[in-house]
Amino acid sequence: MNVIEKVPIGSTLLQAQSPWRRVLAEFFSSPTAVTGLVVLLLIVLVAALAPWIVVQTPYDLMQLNVMDARMPPGSLNGDSGYTYWLGTDGQGRDLVSAIIYGLRISLWVGIGSALIAAVIGTLLGLVSAYVGGWLDALLMRLVDLLLSFPVILMALMILAWLGKGVGNVMLTLIMLEWAYYARTARGQALTESRREYVDAARGQGVGPLRIVVGHILPNCLPPLIVIGALQIARAITLEATLSFLGLGVPVTEPSLGLLIANGFQYMLSNEYWISLFPGLALLITIVAINLVGDRLRDVLNPRLQR
Amino acid sequence: MSVSEMSPAPDAAQQPTLDVRDLCTSFHTRAGVLPAVRNVSLRVQPGRILGLVGESGSGKSVTGFSILGLVDEPGRISGGQVLFKGRDLTRLSASQLRDIQGNRVAMIFQDPMMTLNPVLRVDTQMIEAVRAHSPLSKREAREHASRTLALMGIASPEERLRAYPHQLSGGMRQRVAIAIALLHAPDLIIADEPTTALDVTIQAQILSEVQKLVREQGTSLIWITHDLSVIAGLADDVAVMYAGRIVEQGSVADVLDRPQHPYTQGLIDSLPSRNQRGQRLRQIPGMAPDLLSMPVGCAFAARCPRASQVCAQEPQPHEARPGQMVRCFHPGAADAQ
Repeated sequence: MNVIEKVPIGSTLLQAQSPWRRVLAEFFSSPTAVTGLVVLLLIVLVAALAPWIVVQTPYDLMQLNVMDARMPPGSLNGDSGYTYWLGTDGQGRDLVSAIIYGLRISLWVGIGSALIAAVIGTLLGLVSAYVGGWLDALLMRLVDLLLSFPVILMALMILAWLGKGVGNVMLTLIMLEWAYYARTARGQALTESRREYVDAARGQGVGPLRIVVGHILPNCLPPLIVIGALQIARAITLEATLSFLGLGVPVTEPSLGLLIANGFQYMLSNEYWISLFPGLALLITIVAINLVGDRLRDVLNPRLQR
Repeated sequence: MSVSEMSPAPDAAQQPTLDVRDLCTSFHTRAGVLPAVRNVSLRVQPGRILGLVGESGSGKSVTGFSILGLVDEPGRISGGQVLFKGRDLTRLSASQLRDIQGNRVAMIFQDPMMTLNPVLRVDTQMIEAVRAHSPLSKREAREHASRTLALMGIASPEERLRAYPHQLSGGMRQRVAIAIALLHAPDLIIADEPTTALDVTIQAQILSEVQKLVREQGTSLIWITHDLSVIAGLADDVAVMYAGRIVEQGSVADVLDRPQHPYTQGLIDSLPSRNQRGQRLRQIPGMAPDLLSMPVGCAFAARCPRASQVCAQEPQPHEARPGQMVRCFHPGAADAQ
């Protein structure tokens, strides 16, 4: 009696599934993370399309009416007939418009500085790991130095020296953030360079640059991506903090942090909305980024994989 | 010690593919200098298979790595020559060495799980290996890779090329790794225990395929293993390593049937065999010496049943039987003792 069933050959063959695609599939299996991602994408979309969405360009002083200053949410604009759904700030800016434009600056500064810092930091980390010796020692002590100071203190010092402005805030953030990437990239590269596949590639006569960029770097990416996601959130918060302290962006082009700071003085006179809504916008953005970042950390961490 | 003493030269007229002379590799660690490979001399003729046998830590893998110039800090080749077709590989610059690595001399590593980069597809890695040494276009390189996979007995190579390493079985991965080594039809392949991690049936298949390919292409092969039964079926010649030295060397028939060195004898005795059914396996007593505090004289003396006063001196290699070199004061078959 033949009990062995014939299995068609090749039926178990999977569709070629890249490790990245597997990570994506795992990422999307978490509703929380997907919610975070959707919210984040919405925020980015709104910020990117700001000029076509808002009723008023908050940076154009000609469009502001000081007579409309500090109006509560839901008030009507007397001139053009639109409603200040979230009220106005001390200069008479429509808060919805101001928040959307503020988001634009916050995201630009946060994502821009995090990405540039990621590129610089990763590069320096790989060089440090590959070259080794005194260069490695020098770079890593510099990293230690940067990471041993409170970030806000360092940022204040650098900004006091550079001066205000969006560009300078970004520069400051990059100067502070590259260290995280550099340290992680170096550690990861050192671990990966001990792997047998690196020996195998060397044994095939593959050159050192090709090994670092083609073999080691792709294997270093997962932790760097996680750091990147969390650093964007950090950069946005830091920019908000610096603006709140008056060292960030100029008063005429308020980011979220500056909006919060501006509204702060009216809190005691019950005009809560000027600080509250920009604060909520900041909060939602940061939470959304962190949800995405946390899930990325879970799915990219090799120790948590089965 | 002269070089020719240690290496059997069955065919003196032919230039050997590989002629290792007095190779010494040591690791300079904080605890001291570890002499991992001491005065190793080997010779491999074209189309021959040399088995390099020894237990863990005997220096057999380091010998393989040294030949290909892959020894990393804190390791260093501290002496000797590695003559590959007459060129001393230890004296080449990094870029000259890269021209030879993977091209004329290829290496197959122990663990097929580890030698393929997990995040790159098989085709990416094979095309890169092809193009490291030849001016082929990506498409031509891919076709060449596909043909080489087919040569290794891989069905539907196109499909395997599109796969990631984790989608392949262990045996399949090792076939891919071996195919990568074969891409440039090298003159010499160094295989470092490539079938140890595989199950026995896969091992047998791969062994027979490798043997066939080597014979057809006239490639020289060094097969590093701790498994004497693999050597018995695969190799032409065998070199037995102990504590960084070659203690016995000769043809497989000679060394395995009439071992002269007590260590080789011990290795053979420790294998289970049909005619000692039910008896306890005879193991070699004691442990391999610590490389940091190597005893003066014969390194095996402390574990050796034949050891005597004279073993406190360093034994020199000599021809115990024609074509069979041994590094021992008391050579001979065990029965003769």
